[in-house]
Amino acid sequence: MNNPFTLEGKTILVTGASSGIGRGICIDCSKMGAKVHLMARNEERLNETLAQMEGEGHVIHKADLCSTDDINALVDELPVIDGVVLCAGIIKTMPVKNISEEAMTEIFNANIMGDIKICSRLLKKKKLNHGGSVVFISSVSTFNVKVGNSLYSATKGAVNSFAKAMALEVSKQEMRVNCIQPGFVPSSILSSGAIEEDAFLKFYAERHPLGFGTPTDIANGCIYLLSDASRWVTGSIFTIDGGYTLQ
Amino acid sequence: MELKDFIANFAEQFDETDVNEFKPETVFHDLEEYSSLVALSIIAMINEEYDVTLKGDDMSAAVTIEDLFNIVKSKM
Repeated sequence: MNNPFTLEGKTILVTGASSGIGRGICIDCSKMGAKVHLMARNEERLNETLAQMEGEGHVIHKADLCSTDDINALVDELPVIDGVVLCAGIIKTMPVKNISEEAMTEIFNANIMGDIKICSRLLKKKKLNHGGSVVFISSVSTFNVKVGNSLYSATKGAVNSFAKAMALEVSKQEMRVNCIQPGFVPSSILSSGAIEEDAFLKFYAERHPLGFGTPTDIANGCIYLLSDASRWVTGSIFTIDGGYTLQ
Repeated sequence: MELKDFIANFAEQFDETDVNEFKPETVFHDLEEYSSLVALSIIAMINEEYDVTLKGDDMSAAVTIEDLFNIVKSKM
């Protein structure tokens, strides 16, 4: 049976592969036939992701997105790939008046500058195949803002704008660049935050008409964008949020 | 860490509340200006000044400013 959504024969790089949405993307892409290169800082948790994946030929890369040397080394050791999902990210919750340069540098490095460095290096080293697909995991917080999250929203807004501009530049090689804006998917990104967890979960539970998302809900969007089914889709920003931003 | 300095730093995170309102026994959740934004501001101040990372739940657990001072002290 012809399946336009298959990832058979495709090699995909996923950043942030050690937890949450990134882990789910690795697992689900492997089930669709992809060979996955998993990148994150924590080798032990990368191995936990790997243990849940199907198929052969997956490769772990221990690397820090905040280190240019790590990124260059990672890209240089990659084979030519067919797609990349940029999923790594952190949250820094603080009001504007309390923003420190340290926090600002850390979140911009992790959420946007590392992604830009990977994309730039992939193109420079010709490591992204003709027709390759780049998927950024952005956030509904680009337009649905919350107090204390200005830094996070700013980095994700930068992601969306960068993706569109890059989409235009690489269209000659039939490469495609798109963003997914997830709503709330419970994951460890929140557990270190300054939020009151019970109140936070209640607040968001009431505002997601289809309930909370799972990593698979986001991974399925990635599979579409990585597959040949989306060959004519580029510069798009997909909101996958269980109806959160409807009201 | 002195309670007096802590209270001054705490008061600094408010813009509209009279500085004389801030005492060790002040029930800060009842202050009109107190909000989730001010709570985040206090958490950020404590992180910067005292190198202690509080969670939102710590803010809920403290009733008075002195309670919060003691929570911070216990984590130093």
